[in-house]
Amino acid sequence: MFYREAGDFKTSYRDDTQTFPIKFDRWGFYAVMAIAFLVIPFIVNDYWANAVLVPFLIYAIAALGLNILTGYAGQVSLGTGGFMAVGAYACYKLMTSFPDVSMFVHVIIAGLITAIVGVLFGLPSLRIKGFYLAVATLAAQFFLVWLFNKVPWFYNYSASGQINAPERDIFGIIVTGPNTEAWAKYLFCLIFVTVLALIARNLTRGSTGRKWMAIRDMDIAAEIIGVNPLMAKLSAFAVSSFFVGIAGALFFSVYLGAAEVGEAFGIQKSFLILFMIIIGGLGSIFGAFAGAAFMVLMPVLLKNILVNGLGWQTDLAAHLEFMIVGGLILVFLILEPHGLAQLWRLTKEKLRLWPFPH
Amino acid sequence: MPEQLLFALEVTLNGLMAGVLYALVALGFVLIFKASGIFNYAQGVMALFAALTLVGIMEGQVPFAHLINAVLGTNVHHLPWHVPALLAIVLTAGVMVLFAWFVEHYILKHLVNQPDIILFMATIGLAYFMEGFGDLMWGADIKTLDVGIPQGGNFWIEEHTQWLGFGNENFYGFFLDSLDLVATVVAALLVTALVLFSQYTKQGRAMRAVADDHQAALSVGISLRFIWVLVWSIAGFVALVAGIMWGAKSGVQFSLSLIALKALPVLMLGGFTSIPGAIVGGLIIGVGEKLFEFLVGPMIGGATENWFAYVLALIFLVFRPQGLFGEKIIERV
Repeated sequence: MFYREAGDFKTSYRDDTQTFPIKFDRWGFYAVMAIAFLVIPFIVNDYWANAVLVPFLIYAIAALGLNILTGYAGQVSLGTGGFMAVGAYACYKLMTSFPDVSMFVHVIIAGLITAIVGVLFGLPSLRIKGFYLAVATLAAQFFLVWLFNKVPWFYNYSASGQINAPERDIFGIIVTGPNTEAWAKYLFCLIFVTVLALIARNLTRGSTGRKWMAIRDMDIAAEIIGVNPLMAKLSAFAVSSFFVGIAGALFFSVYLGAAEVGEAFGIQKSFLILFMIIIGGLGSIFGAFAGAAFMVLMPVLLKNILVNGLGWQTDLAAHLEFMIVGGLILVFLILEPHGLAQLWRLTKEKLRLWPFPH
Repeated sequence: MPEQLLFALEVTLNGLMAGVLYALVALGFVLIFKASGIFNYAQGVMALFAALTLVGIMEGQVPFAHLINAVLGTNVHHLPWHVPALLAIVLTAGVMVLFAWFVEHYILKHLVNQPDIILFMATIGLAYFMEGFGDLMWGADIKTLDVGIPQGGNFWIEEHTQWLGFGNENFYGFFLDSLDLVATVVAALLVTALVLFSQYTKQGRAMRAVADDHQAALSVGISLRFIWVLVWSIAGFVALVAGIMWGAKSGVQFSLSLIALKALPVLMLGGFTSIPGAIVGGLIIGVGEKLFEFLVGPMIGGATENWFAYVLALIFLVFRPQGLFGEKIIERV
């Protein structure tokens, strides 16, 4: 009824290519942004920030990054956890070496360092394809985790081998360390998510994104029509790792506060983020958010229902969670390979006709 | 012989034995990949699941005891009997066949003609599902598996290799685990049996036909779906053997599925489509990582076994993308 493009005239190319061509969507987006920036910071409490909102925002960044690499450029990576670790440790070294510099700068430089590492490990992608590459990225995962475990320089020779985020602020507002307010954590992550999502959206719909998609669909054919596979693949690795590195830096400094590399950035994390983009939808910006929300909310919900509601033991709930996640992956791949994003698109198609289906 | 060389030799021998265990897991991958073009990530978890089931049956555990107790408020955990090892192995093999049928019927059938990478991700989902399922069914605690395989250092070999030291008192002969020796023999038997099966039986020939060309095999009347069940059953059986060996060596626990991940670089080295490749790749990785840990490990902090296999495979693939024995990859537009 309200969801129509009728009456929404486009008089310039600019109008025609905008992200949300339908007015209702556009206003919906503005409303979501307004709530996220102007309402939630005032009502958020510690539980919601730590259990749901902050992990959701951080995982959304990581999922965006992996989606660029896997969903858009077609290079499956199982090394996300390792790259997140690079971001986290780079951020830690920067925070402890330059205490006076703003956290924004630290996080962004951590992302850039991860991008360089990502390009290094992306180099074999020029020779190796498909699941050969997927297994090759496991090398990055295991090697990086080992490196951060074994070289004491990375964790400043601390006795426990852990890294702890010192207290740092932006314009006088503390954003890391144990004394951080919930709203500060939330807003800090939200700013990164918003900017990065805009970057991702604009990269993927421009010529860069088209090159990535051409490589994904068939790399030889893409090469023949003039896409440089070296540049396309490496730029995908660089951008993706930049996102993932920022997610890692935030995950360590804002969310965890203290991290042990094998535990926080192990292979499980790589799979978690891969699952987010499969369930959310490969090759879709919305899908990255939907998948991240789903994978963050589901364990919280399960725990609330099974452990708090029915009084089951936590390990039982954990096993069930494994089964449900695995089962859902299968169900999605069989029934809806394009994930939640496709369901969302279908809903919108239906809405446009509703209530007169012809 | 100088001492260092002898130790290096001992490390090499132990590496060969470890490599056999990697090769056992890799074998299951190759079988499934050849027959259905699926890169089965769940192979490691299948080994874990098989080992869990075997222990569960032998000990007479009640399946899903944990869940039943939580839902019904009862307190059941063990049935009042123990099953002999051999019978339990047969029963577990039966469970793996059932599992193969389920996979074919509920997953593979629906994913025919999907891109390879989708199938690969589906097997990751399957791996997760089975991990949770196995733990839910048999409990997540670390179990010991004892099917009567001798364990510990083999004294016979130790005594009979002592002369190699030529009076060097630091050398007591090679230390080799009996379990590894048994594993080597079992692996050799298994590979021989597989080769005989695929060369000399009707089903084996059908299996090779499917591996060669799906559509041609269909057109001469081979049931693709039966072959898939067959292949997944065989892979399940191979997983069971691998699970027994690994389980007896280091206990049946979650990390079993991670050890099995090592089979992936083995495959990349050997090529996905070659059974000899899986064996040779396994041996190279086994020896390589043990020697690297022995020679270079102490200089850079140790525990290099975690990543050495992957990095070796990565470097190797850059120069030869199809692996040692794989078929040359030809791409057409």
